[in-house]
Amino acid sequence: MTATSPVEQVGGGVATYVDQRIGSNKFLARNLGKVFPDHWSFMLGEIALYSFIVVLLTGTFLTLFFKPSMAEVLYDGSYVPLKGIKMSQAYSSTLDISFDVRGGLLLRQMHHWAALIFIAAMSVHMFRVFFTGAFRKPREFNWIIGVALVTLGLGAGFSGYSLPDDLLSGTGLQIARGIMQSIPVIGTWMAFLLFGGEFPGTEFISRLYGVHILLIPGLILALVTIHLMLVWTQKHTQFPGPGRTNDNVVGYPLMPVYMAKAGGFFFVVFGVIALIGGLVTINPIWIFGPFMPDQVSAGSQPDWYIGWLDGALRTMPNIESSLFGFTISWNIFIPAVVIPGIIFTALALYPFLEAWVTGDKKEHHLLDRPRNAPTRTGIGVMALTFYLLLWVGGGNDIIAITFGLSINSIIWFLRIALIILPPIMFIVTRRICLSLQRRDREKLLHGYESGRILRLPHGEFIEVHQPINAKEMAVITGKTDITPLPLPPATDADGVRNKHFQVKKLRAKLSGFFYSENIALPTAAEIEAGQHHAEHAAAIEAPLHAYEDADQINRAHGGVLHHPGMPLTNAEQLAEDGGHL
Amino acid sequence: MKFLAARRRSPLAAVAMLLIALIGIGAGYAVIANARPAEAAAVASTETQVEQGKRLYLEGCASCHGMQSQGTSQGPTLIGVGAAAVDFQVGSGRMPMAMPGAQAAPRDPAQYTDDQIAAMAAYVASLAPGPAIPTQEDVNFESADAAQGGVLFRTNCSQCHQAAGQGGALTQGKYAPSLMNAEPKEIYEAMITGPQSMPVFSNATIPTQDKQAIIKYIDTLQTLPDPGGLALGRLGPVPETVFLWTAVFAALIAVAIWIGIKAR
Repeated sequence: MTATSPVEQVGGGVATYVDQRIGSNKFLARNLGKVFPDHWSFMLGEIALYSFIVVLLTGTFLTLFFKPSMAEVLYDGSYVPLKGIKMSQAYSSTLDISFDVRGGLLLRQMHHWAALIFIAAMSVHMFRVFFTGAFRKPREFNWIIGVALVTLGLGAGFSGYSLPDDLLSGTGLQIARGIMQSIPVIGTWMAFLLFGGEFPGTEFISRLYGVHILLIPGLILALVTIHLMLVWTQKHTQFPGPGRTNDNVVGYPLMPVYMAKAGGFFFVVFGVIALIGGLVTINPIWIFGPFMPDQVSAGSQPDWYIGWLDGALRTMPNIESSLFGFTISWNIFIPAVVIPGIIFTALALYPFLEAWVTGDKKEHHLLDRPRNAPTRTGIGVMALTFYLLLWVGGGNDIIAITFGLSINSIIWFLRIALIILPPIMFIVTRRICLSLQRRDREKLLHGYESGRILRLPHGEFIEVHQPINAKEMAVITGKTDITPLPLPPATDADGVRNKHFQVKKLRAKLSGFFYSENIALPTAAEIEAGQHHAEHAAAIEAPLHAYEDADQINRAHGGVLHHPGMPLTNAEQLAEDGGHL
Repeated sequence: MKFLAARRRSPLAAVAMLLIALIGIGAGYAVIANARPAEAAAVASTETQVEQGKRLYLEGCASCHGMQSQGTSQGPTLIGVGAAAVDFQVGSGRMPMAMPGAQAAPRDPAQYTDDQIAAMAAYVASLAPGPAIPTQEDVNFESADAAQGGVLFRTNCSQCHQAAGQGGALTQGKYAPSLMNAEPKEIYEAMITGPQSMPVFSNATIPTQDKQAIIKYIDTLQTLPDPGGLALGRLGPVPETVFLWTAVFAALIAVAIWIGIKAR
């Protein structure tokens, strides 16, 4: 080794010292150069991770001052409009954090905003994974871990929302308890068990505290670790592009490119959270007042991620029935237990359902462009529409008063729209995807429309098509065409009845539903023929012209008349201009 | 004139003419519509307040509330509603109602002068006993306890008017209005008369002292600073959600895209 700079000497010395003790060099050498593909949508999960770090940091600060107790105290802090009022210690200590702890309000607001961003980023990240088919083999388990993380995120958020024991959070808990009680047979037992008696009792906040600061964050941390380890070992998926195949990863190494990018992005996320934590009020608990079971505020809403559940409750018609003297509240049980149950189960099982329907057992490291999986994209948009409509329902009273509408009309609109709009959105999305596929096919066959208009010698105007560049070509041809499964035979060669005929028939039909309308990529021969055809189409279809000086015409080709010295065909004319049809 | 003449055939000339005509008609209408019926006040000196009130009532109110204030299918009876109800409804511009709707909306300014409102109040009060217009003393909340008022407010008012007094939606397009611009007398009158969908909170339910405490708390809310920064209308999670997705998340995604672009 030749002489190195002092920096390298010191760095090398440290690396050797550490390596001799924990054997880190081999590990680092192998992993620091790991390549990741680049796309902005791959950073959505990063937003979630970074906001979660902010949540942990600010949350740790809050635990120093928050007292998770429902014991009654008389408030004696700096917020005058509540002075001398009876309240729980939890609420009183949250007021103290807001008004009497230095920097307390800033950190409380950062904690709350970061939590909202955390769940928002997880959700959008999930949409990205869904619409690009990143959940396909071999990443199904990681998808399930992701669904678990979203669910835990909702739990973390709701438990945190409920801790300050203000009027809003108490109202939320009251609804949560009502939802528990709506579960037939075990509901009432469950509610009494969890709350330690009647509502609101004296136990629940301290129980929830343990869940909020220990159980859920612990689980989230553990699952995030596995989530990232799997990304590491399975390697990150990539969009189709030049040089990208199912067997490689094209991108930049972790060190130094992603170290810098991810590090910088962490500080951006942290900065944005700090900025809005300082500038924009969130959850002003001092205005809502302490929770009293006999009080409630108009416009009581949960945080955004529970909004769709609240919307489901608000939109559901009021149906109850009585069985053996017990009331079954379908109006609560269906929207708040059954519908979320179905949604989360379907979400977790989707990769397996799709793989079963499509019979796809291959590994996928190349992402689907959403247009290339029209049925999946349609299903996603359909689910999203349903979700967003429920979300609107959660804010129906605020919408009514803000826009001067009748809340009853909004509810009826949503009841009808929830049934009608999602299927319409499915069909529309699917058609749009198929049209985009057709356009891609056109581009491969005839190039893109250059926007350059050319006047041919006989007067006709044509638009010049240019061949697409290599990058776009790679993106479009990165698509894999899948043929639908064939219908199974009803009997085998010996005439024995196929035992699984019905199931297999269903599967073949669903597979046809998924793939039958697929616009297949053109073959190389078709592309060749397409180009050739395009060159001649204009020439053949061009109208005949009667020139007065017909004696000068020496040759007619494809119906187009030519003067001496002019290009003989339209294609030649185009070639001179550097394009083709 | 040369400037105009040169441009009279411009394609924008017709648009400009139309705009001028519209502004002219609008301005003319505004002048005529805002001309108050001043002659009524001039006659008033020769008649008693109740007589004047009755005349104004017959002119402006009887078509809906009935010639004898007995009420019709268009409006409720006014017998026994008291002077406070007239002062509140007409004083806030809710009456006379501009058009049939879910409920009467306040208008600023009111459609009658203070003297005319007082005359109509006197007339309606002469029909039968009812809640009187609160005195200065009634609405004096200086010595009241805001914190106690807050408890009363959250128990009795916030389920419709929202915890921060920002108002809330009721059924069929009806609503509880925002209290952020409500004056002490208005609040007091609303409590004793129960306008629109609001229940009556008589002195037997909420004594004067407690009413003053509530008014004090509303006054506190009106003047309360927002230590957390931008208040987002103090409407809770819905505007927070809108802000989160339209501003914060959009900004984060913009940064992500920016970082992504830099890679190429």
